[in-house]
Amino acid sequence: MPTIEQIAMKPEAAVDSAAPVIAVRNVHKSFGSQTVLNGVSLNVSRGETLAVLGRSGTGKSVLLRLIIGLDMPDSGSVWIHGRDLAGMSLDKLGEIRLKMGFLFQHAALYDSLTVEQNVAFPLQHHRKTMSASEQSDRVRQLLAEVGMDGHFDKMPSDISGGMQKRVGLARALALEPDILLLDEPTAGLDPISSAEIGDLVLKLQSEHHMASIVVTHDIHSAKTIADRLILLNQGKVVIEGSFKELQYSDDAFVMEFLKHS
Amino acid sequence: MSERELGLAVGDVAGPSKAEGGPSSSTLRASKGLITEFLEWFGELAIFSWRVVRAAVTPPYEFHELFRQLDEIGSRSLPLVALAGAAIGVVLSLESRQSLTRFGAKSLLPAALVFSVVHEIGPIITALVVSGRVGAGIGAELASMKVTEQIDAIEASAVNPYRLLAATRILACTLMLPLLTLAADLCGLLMGWVALALVEPLSFHQFINSGFNGSGFSDFLPPTFKTAAFGLIIGLISCFQGMRTRGGAAGVGRAATSSVVLSSLFVILADVVLVKLIIIFFP
Repeated sequence: MPTIEQIAMKPEAAVDSAAPVIAVRNVHKSFGSQTVLNGVSLNVSRGETLAVLGRSGTGKSVLLRLIIGLDMPDSGSVWIHGRDLAGMSLDKLGEIRLKMGFLFQHAALYDSLTVEQNVAFPLQHHRKTMSASEQSDRVRQLLAEVGMDGHFDKMPSDISGGMQKRVGLARALALEPDILLLDEPTAGLDPISSAEIGDLVLKLQSEHHMASIVVTHDIHSAKTIADRLILLNQGKVVIEGSFKELQYSDDAFVMEFLKHS
Repeated sequence: MSERELGLAVGDVAGPSKAEGGPSSSTLRASKGLITEFLEWFGELAIFSWRVVRAAVTPPYEFHELFRQLDEIGSRSLPLVALAGAAIGVVLSLESRQSLTRFGAKSLLPAALVFSVVHEIGPIITALVVSGRVGAGIGAELASMKVTEQIDAIEASAVNPYRLLAATRILACTLMLPLLTLAADLCGLLMGWVALALVEPLSFHQFINSGFNGSGFSDFLPPTFKTAAFGLIIGLISCFQGMRTRGGAAGVGRAATSSVVLSSLFVILADVVLVKLIIIFFP
């Protein structure tokens, strides 16, 4: 397998299709005196779903923000499709982000726009060749896909947290990304809504074959959604592997985490 | 070196009696902190301004959002600005009449009114009213978007928030301030004349002829167009304060307040400089 530096040297079209779509290399990130990530590395390939587990405050969400370029690492590097995000201008980052969908922990819907306008937002800015009716059809199709048809004209404040996450997911999928980043998709939801969101992510994954990273502290949804899991503790990867490998690990922290999950 | 150690070191320099880190060392530390904060603020403002300029001059252009902001900032501020202008016109008319009558210069009243309204009172009142209404609105709106990750969501959707949110608002403020100033001037003069006409017979035609006698465009254009700079200041500072907010509801409140306070302060300071420049270049 070529190294990530070798991939970066190639023209984009020539990048090996088996190469990782997302590659994080020895990333460190601190906020003031608090070290959040301390040498984290990971790879995610096309069609693969990686779950990032860990206790609250262990840098899971920060890791996602580094991957989409909302924050920059203090050291280490993040590569998307063989391109290093370091030093990229906002517009160059924008080109990379066109291929990425991001579901925020609290959905982060635009509170002055309706559900339909929220999902249409990326299309209006990046699919200018689409007519208004084509955009509207696409938005309705996306909302139907996440089970939100019939709620087009509602404001985000008028729908539940679970519904907001569904709308956020539809917005994340609007530009047909090949990378999907989900920050706590089931946090704060009741068990039924949580299972529904899990099933929805699985369905979308099987239909769209994206490279996905799901940040969660919910081991049950991670087990359902992910092909591979990593467990973070104090900014470091404690273990990486399948759910079975986690179960049979003799690491004290892994055992403690599984015991309380 | 810890703060305590630093305090002792400063105390040593100040004199033996302050070796324990007395009031002077703590004042020095506080001043140092304030200066650092002040310089950091300017540094961040410069970086923010550069990002906004770069975003504003490169495509894609956000015309739809710009027109929305022109309406929001311009049309919706118009009633308030007109009312403030009218009130100032009445007050100036009543006050000036009394003073000028005392000095036997009552015939100069229309000219005094026109000059004070158009040269200074209209522009500054408009800027302060807009800074209160629009500055607080922009600061609170962007701060609320920041703390609820909506600005991050815009960025994650591959849309430049400096272009969509900041450049459009700053440009709208810059374009609308001169127009709003004209409205304030017009209402001020009109109501100034009404207040005057109620106590002595004077037609509007006479009032305007007498007020604008001997004046040219150069007397009125620079003071009106200087308000574009006020608009730039209000837009820039409000967007900056909103988009750098940290914390929840308290952060939003702080951003709204600081947007109004700082933009009003900088408008007044800029006025001092601009008045001097106008006097130099348009004597």
